Parts: sequence; C-alpha cells; structure tokens
Amino acid sequence: MKSGSRLERILKSGRFALTGELGPPRGADADAVRVKARHLCGMVDAVNITDNQTAVVRMSSLGACLIAMREGLEPVYQMVCRDRNRIAMQSDILGAAALGVRNILCLSGDHQCFGDHPNCKKVFDLDSMQLISMVKAMRDEARFQGGAEITAPPRMFIGAAANPFAEPHAFRVMRLAKKIAAGADVVQTQCVYNMERFRAWMAQARDMGLTEKAYILAGVTPLKSLGMARYMQKNVPGMDVPDELIKRLQGVEKKDQAKEGITICCEQIQQLREMKGLAGIHLMAIEWEHRVPEIVQKAGLLPRPEPEPEQP
Amino acid sequence: MIKATIKPLEEIRSMLAPFRRVLTVGCGGCVSLCLAGGMKEARELNIKLRALQEQGSESVFDDITVERQCEQQFLAALDARVEKYDALISLACGAGVQFLAERFPAKPVFPGVNTQFVGITRDIGWYEERCKTCGDCVLGLTAGICPVTMCSKSLFNGPCGGPQDGHCEVDPDTSCAWIAIYERLQRQGRLDSIAHVMPARQWQGQIPGRILHPRYRDRYVQEDT
Repeated sequence: MKSGSRLERILKSGRFALTGELGPPRGADADAVRVKARHLCGMVDAVNITDNQTAVVRMSSLGACLIAMREGLEPVYQMVCRDRNRIAMQSDILGAAALGVRNILCLSGDHQCFGDHPNCKKVFDLDSMQLISMVKAMRDEARFQGGAEITAPPRMFIGAAANPFAEPHAFRVMRLAKKIAAGADVVQTQCVYNMERFRAWMAQARDMGLTEKAYILAGVTPLKSLGMARYMQKNVPGMDVPDELIKRLQGVEKKDQAKEGITICCEQIQQLREMKGLAGIHLMAIEWEHRVPEIVQKAGLLPRPEPEPEQP
Repeated sequence: MIKATIKPLEEIRSMLAPFRRVLTVGCGGCVSLCLAGGMKEARELNIKLRALQEQGSESVFDDITVERQCEQQFLAALDARVEKYDALISLACGAGVQFLAERFPAKPVFPGVNTQFVGITRDIGWYEERCKTCGDCVLGLTAGICPVTMCSKSLFNGPCGGPQDGHCEVDPDTSCAWIAIYERLQRQGRLDSIAHVMPARQWQGQIPGRILHPRYRDRYVQEDT
C-alpha cells in the first residue's frame, strides 16, 4: 500500500470508486464545512477539499480537510501551484500527512485573474506535473525536492487531473501518460458531458496501457439548470457541453430542470460504469452537496463498500 | 530589447512638486527605440510639465539625453550639468534610473517611465513581451516559444486544460503558448522533446544585484586601487 487510504484500498480491491467534492466557505466557519460534510458522509469514498478554487480566497483546504475528517469523511487534500513555492508545499504536505491526510490532488490552479485578488503575485514555482513528481519522491524515496532526506516520509495517494476535452486533442492522452509517469496513482477528469469524446479518450488510454498503471475516475457534475448548462458551455474553459444536453434541458419547465439535471447525471454515471478501464466516478456537485445522497441513491451507487483494513 | 511606457503625467508632476529646477534625462538606448524615453520624449514631457505650471511659477524644466544611462562613460557627460538642478527625472529603464541615482547620490532622482519587459518590435509602436530573463533558457526544447513568458501559468509541462479555440483561458486575445509549442514541434517532427516530464526548475538569479563575469570586476577594481 502506498498510502493505506480508504480510496486506495477501494480502488486496489477492484471496486468501483466514488469520490465527491466539498468547497470550503469564505470565512472561518467550521459549521459550514460540517453541514456540507454530513451530506456526503457514507455517500462517497473520499472527498476533494478544494484549494481556493477559481482563485477566490476561502478557508484552507487543509483546515477544511481536518474538519471533514472529524465528521467521518476521508479527505483528498487539493493543492495548487499558484500560491505556494516548493518549500511551503512540502511543509504543508508533511503537516497534512502528520494529521492523518492520506490523499492529495496535485493541480496547477486557476489563474489569479479569475479570482478576487487579480493583481496578486502568482507563484507557479512548480507546475502540476512537477508537484506530482515531488510528492512521489517524498513518499517513495524519502527525499525532499532539494535532495535532503525526510525522516518520516508522508504516505500520500497521489491524484492528478486530466481534461480529455481540451485542445490539442491529440496531445491529451500523451499528457495523461506524462502525469502517470510523474507518479499519479489516480486521475480525475474534467466533467464529462461529451460521452463520445470521452469514450475515444478512454480507448486511447487503454491502448497505451495507462488504465493498468493508474486509476481513472470520470468527472461528473450535475447540471442544476439550463442557465448553468449554458454557462458551462460558453464560459468555463476546457468544458465540452454538447448542444443536445442544452436542448434537453430547454425541453422541460424551469421548475423541473434540476430534476432533469439529476436524471441526466444518473444516466451519465450508468454509461460510465459500463466503460472498460474506468475505475470510478468523481462527482462534483458544485454548491449542491445536499443533493448528493439523492444522486448517489438514484445512480445505484449505494451502499458504499467498506474496504479491508490495511494489513500492518 | 527592453520596452517601457511613459508614466502618467499626473504621477510625474506630483513626484516633482517640491522641486523648482528639474533636469529630465532621456536615454538613447532601448527606451528611445520604443518611443518612451528618448530625446523627443524628454522634450515632450517638459513641454507638458511647463504647460501645467501655475501662472507666475519660476520652475525650470530642462532636458538632456545621453547615449545610454546604463553605461558609466555616458553618464560622465552629466557630471558638470546636474549641480544646478534640485531633482532629476530619468526616462531610462529601471537599471538606468538606478545607475543615474548612484552616480549623483545627493540628487533626488525620479523615474519617468514604467519598465515593462524584454520584448520585440512587431512594428513601430507595436511591442510584444518575449523574455522573463529567467537565466536558464529552455527555448531549445520548446520550439523557440518561451513557456515561462508566454504561458500564463509559466507551465513547463503544458498545455493545461484551459485553452479555448487556441487561446489562453485568461484572455481571448492571447494565444496558448503550449498549443503553439506543440504545433511547431509537431511540424518539425520533434514532439519527443516534450514527451517526458520537464523536471522542477532550479530558478536562477535569486540573489539580488547579480554580477556577470565577476573576474572582470575584480580586475577593474584592482586597476583603480
């Protein structure tokens, strides 16, 4: 076992994994995290705790990870390269590991121009690929990026992100291969709406043997409304929302759109479950944590498996 | 070459407010080529400053332009001139301003331009950034397109998941550097150059006031003593 995390144990046992997402609040409000965490408890195997997503200041991922852990969730500590150099990153990784965090998701991070401090100084000392390499060397070689030895290496299950829908399409699987070569154990994808393109990407990944080397989780985000679908299609970089989905939501009354969005989401999960080589789902119900139980129930993903404890 | 833009007139005027006799020092180097700080701009600035003077003011705005403010020998030409002024305004890049201030430590020296970047002249007045002077060039691996300068996140293993129609997610007018790198390498049959993970950068130049070729410095210091 690389980390012994619940997520690692479930994936290793070959069961179909389900992870969720929790966005920390814009204040020092522990209850806000607890309320969201309770909706997810028992519904998912682990939960990404986002790191100042869209470059908007929020409670730290590590702080919220701890609160979520106390509520019984297994956190995935999200870490972006935008705000910290390698000294701060390694230090936070050690701190997180010491506090019992066993999963990390390594991301570049949204550019600061999208957030509420657009004129801050960006860091990007490392990129996400180099962050993955660094965590792997810390864990497997007990070595800091600078070369010095680590007395007690952090046991982390290393996550990465991939966007099968971004340009240049031909390079996307190559980049996935690079992330896996760098040390990613599990890879979450951008939200899948274009099933055909995702299927083609998965086929390429299988052909290159990548699904044997890392676990791939398909990203799924329920559409709450027609407005959200349109926004995702037009304004979210790297998002591929086909027109058929827009039309389908247009076809139902406004008050029924959320319900239709959940139905679509469950259908997507069904199609993804049948896809060869896919290890699980990463469900990103953005500011919709309270609807997760309903989605998970309808998608037939309950009860969640209880993995074997790690052998000492 | 270094590209600069002239500071807002109001900012310059407020810096100079306490001083009566001001010498504007233009620079004939990079800043003159990008039409920000040469002889013509020094004169123009003074015309504007004079025009803004209150009625009856006895302020003096003179100008002089030296070949380059980043070289000792050209600054020496100012030695005899600066005495009668209360303040100097330098239209050179940040390096030139500092070298001028170092030469005349008793005189307040103010910057008249904002130094922007190392860039190219696409056409007269059309300048584009190209280099962050990072001190460890990787252009050989990236098809002559700089990831540090041209990628909004300075990624070494791009492209990220954000480009839309070939453009960077931060700005639809900016093309994605990594798509351009990918396409040019593909055209040259050199995609293997980005097939492997580019390792963490050992950033150079983290100590201030670096000196190139310090042995030259040692020799000159010896000659002087």
